[in-house]
Amino acid sequence: MRLLNRSAGRLSRHRRGPIAGLMVLVCGLLLTGGLYAAFAPAQADSNQSQEALVKEGRELFLVGCAFCHGQNGEGVLTQGGSQYGPALTDVGEAAVDFQVGTGRMPMAQPGVQAPRKEVVYTKEEIAALSAYVGSLGTGPQIPDTELYSTEGMSDKQLEELVVRGGQIFLANCTACHNFEGSGGAMPRGGYAPKIRGVDSKHIYEAMLTGPQSMDTFSDGNIPPEDKKAVIAYLETLDEAPSYGGLTLGGLGPVSEGIIAWLVGIGSLVGFAVWIAAHTTRSSKQKDEVEA
Amino acid sequence: MSVDLSKVASTNGSTPAEAKGGPKAAGAIANWADERLGLGTAMKKNLRKVFPDHWSFMLGEIALWSFVVLLLTGVFLTLWFDPSMTEVQYNGSYDPLRGVHMSSAMASTLDISFDVRGGLLMRQMHHWAAMIFIASMMIHMLRVYLTGAFRKPRELNWVIGCLLLLLGTIEGFTGYSLPDDLLSGTGVRAADGFMKASPVVGTYMSFFLFGGEFPGDSIIPRFYAMHILLIPGILLALVAAHMLLLVYHKHTQWAGPGRTEENVVGYPMLPVYAAKAGGFFFIVFGVITLLGGLFSLNPVWKFGPYDPSKVTAGSQPDWYMGWPDGLLRIIPAWETHIFGITLSWNVMLPILVMPPLMLMVLIALPFLEAWITGDKREHHLLQRPRNAPTRTAIMVALMTFYGLSWAAGGNDIIAIKMHLSINQITYFMRGAVFIGPVIAFIITKRWCISLQRHDEGKLLHGYESGVLVRSPEGGYAEKHLPLPVEEAYRLSARDNDPTPETVEEIESSGLAGRHLKLRKLRAKLAAVFFADNVQKPTAEELHDAQHHAEHELHELEAQIAAGPNKHGPADH
Repeated sequence: MRLLNRSAGRLSRHRRGPIAGLMVLVCGLLLTGGLYAAFAPAQADSNQSQEALVKEGRELFLVGCAFCHGQNGEGVLTQGGSQYGPALTDVGEAAVDFQVGTGRMPMAQPGVQAPRKEVVYTKEEIAALSAYVGSLGTGPQIPDTELYSTEGMSDKQLEELVVRGGQIFLANCTACHNFEGSGGAMPRGGYAPKIRGVDSKHIYEAMLTGPQSMDTFSDGNIPPEDKKAVIAYLETLDEAPSYGGLTLGGLGPVSEGIIAWLVGIGSLVGFAVWIAAHTTRSSKQKDEVEA
Repeated sequence: MSVDLSKVASTNGSTPAEAKGGPKAAGAIANWADERLGLGTAMKKNLRKVFPDHWSFMLGEIALWSFVVLLLTGVFLTLWFDPSMTEVQYNGSYDPLRGVHMSSAMASTLDISFDVRGGLLMRQMHHWAAMIFIASMMIHMLRVYLTGAFRKPRELNWVIGCLLLLLGTIEGFTGYSLPDDLLSGTGVRAADGFMKASPVVGTYMSFFLFGGEFPGDSIIPRFYAMHILLIPGILLALVAAHMLLLVYHKHTQWAGPGRTEENVVGYPMLPVYAAKAGGFFFIVFGVITLLGGLFSLNPVWKFGPYDPSKVTAGSQPDWYMGWPDGLLRIIPAWETHIFGITLSWNVMLPILVMPPLMLMVLIALPFLEAWITGDKREHHLLQRPRNAPTRTAIMVALMTFYGLSWAAGGNDIIAIKMHLSINQITYFMRGAVFIGPVIAFIITKRWCISLQRHDEGKLLHGYESGVLVRSPEGGYAEKHLPLPVEEAYRLSARDNDPTPETVEEIESSGLAGRHLKLRKLRAKLAAVFFADNVQKPTAEELHDAQHHAEHELHELEAQIAAGPNKHGPADH
């Protein structure tokens, strides 16, 4: 009865109609689906492009890397049993992104250490190479931007982060990289490179993968937020004015000693020569007057 | 009948002479002081004291004036520095360290750098002045040695100078340690290790100095007391003694016409030398201020507070401690284990043995030379370095040893800046510190002798005139012209070296045993010391040379006058 006489029993004009709930549901589903379609990684497409990327990466790898690292990234041993190029099966995408992205790979020549140089591959090629090497085994991924970017932090948060980063930097990094990241010497011609003015992403990747003679600072060792703190500290150093004047390469007392001798003693001896060369009586004028 | 004397002319002029103006204020004050202190008599002599002029005589002045700058800036720093190792939380202006726990010493150093007006400039000036102070003492010492100014009667002043160098170095090290930053803490830790490397007493010494186990909480206050009271006090006293002796001995001078062992030719203290020296003070002050303003030095805010678990690459001492550090870096890992004790030769030799040994060698140099040469006369005329080839060569050999050890102290910086292997640098230096000084000795000695020969050539054959003359036979020759008399005097105003005793002379002297052996050794050393030196030409040789030169000049003029190309001076 009541069902038939619904409008009669209606308490208000504004009361929901019977399909309203259904409509809300449909709208909600449409919205969710639409949003999902718009923002979610397209699974099928992504798989395809990933495959294509790996394939492209493999082709690049065979041309540029396989000579030392082996056709399947298995590494090449010399006849003496030492490594010609190490195996890349478990180095991860981050290692490739760092090594190729900073120009260290491909190496120009065998040596103690691959120096940082001009980057040879384009961004897309580096992504392809990373994807290929990443597909060979396990290993760290290329870090997401929010892992190392300090954007969007409040001043107070950032300050606390920088303070913590400075202490982590001094405890873990300065022993090799020097107190302001100017670099330092390692045994047998190796060196810890200068790490100022380096991409934050690359610093993060270096900590994560431990390139060349550097230790690996895994997330268990230095958690991601601490890695970000170190990067924030380095960025602060870059931005801070040089309070005391010219930093002399940021190398510590050696360059200070050189300045003390060359500029300090050099100019003072120059002044001594100048003072001693001038007598108090201007004899020239006197001579002219007499003549 | 009285005569008005004021109207009587005292001159031939028409108006009486009167003193212009009243007595001057300065004169009045001087008079007042003189009547009470009797300064006039003392000053009368000393204000007219004569100092000879040469740039190399002003090197010690750099040290003196930078010491004054050190005192001035140091007093400024003491007003804010808190020499305490009490742990505090930093809450100053330097953001990247805010909230970090550190010693009061470090926190107050940061306050001086960032929160005290002009504090960072003063800190940097103080530090630069210290670097300049020790460097200038060293170049002053080189000048004194290389010119023979250390000879009798100035040997004791030489010894005082050596002590000043030692004290300056210790003063520098204690000052470097005071901020308690990561770099200086590493240095103090190293010093602790050095002390502990001394056999038997090492640990006791360390515990005594640190008031217990390293780092404790007394080392900074103790260094502070040494740095601002004990050592500066001794330094001041020694500087005063050094300068009183300088006044007493009178300054040495270069040989030249009118300059003898009995006089000093130069300018009087007032007004000339006081103006020059006073001006130089402002120049030294200015250079140090510029250094302090332009070049960053010891940026403690980047090092952070000292923490034994931290260290930084490029941890070096200040330059004057660099050479023992270099030896420490290159010495092989030699250790002896005996009776359950470890003797660390690798630390003892470079740090505990070499620096005191070098100081002893320095102090002994004047006495050794006097003994070998047997020269007991007073010397006030300086010698040119070339005229004492062995002495010069000894110092250059020592300098080479110092320089190589010094460079080894920066082996890591050399490695990264010159793309070398730190190991190869170390291996090279291990050999070079032994071979380098020997090569330097030989080269310097022969170089000096060559210069002596050059001087002799100039005296006897004149200087190269640049005039090329073609002889009638078609040959070309450059004519030499006699030196100006003043220059010839300067070159020849030196003593000939004494002839070392021969073995026969010594044996006939009636000595026996140890004395005889010593005397023979001395004669041998003297023979080596003077070997191959060129003696100055005799008066007769010079006379002949003069004749020859005059003859040549006549010949030259005659040739020009009679020559086929009459474009000589005769035409004009």
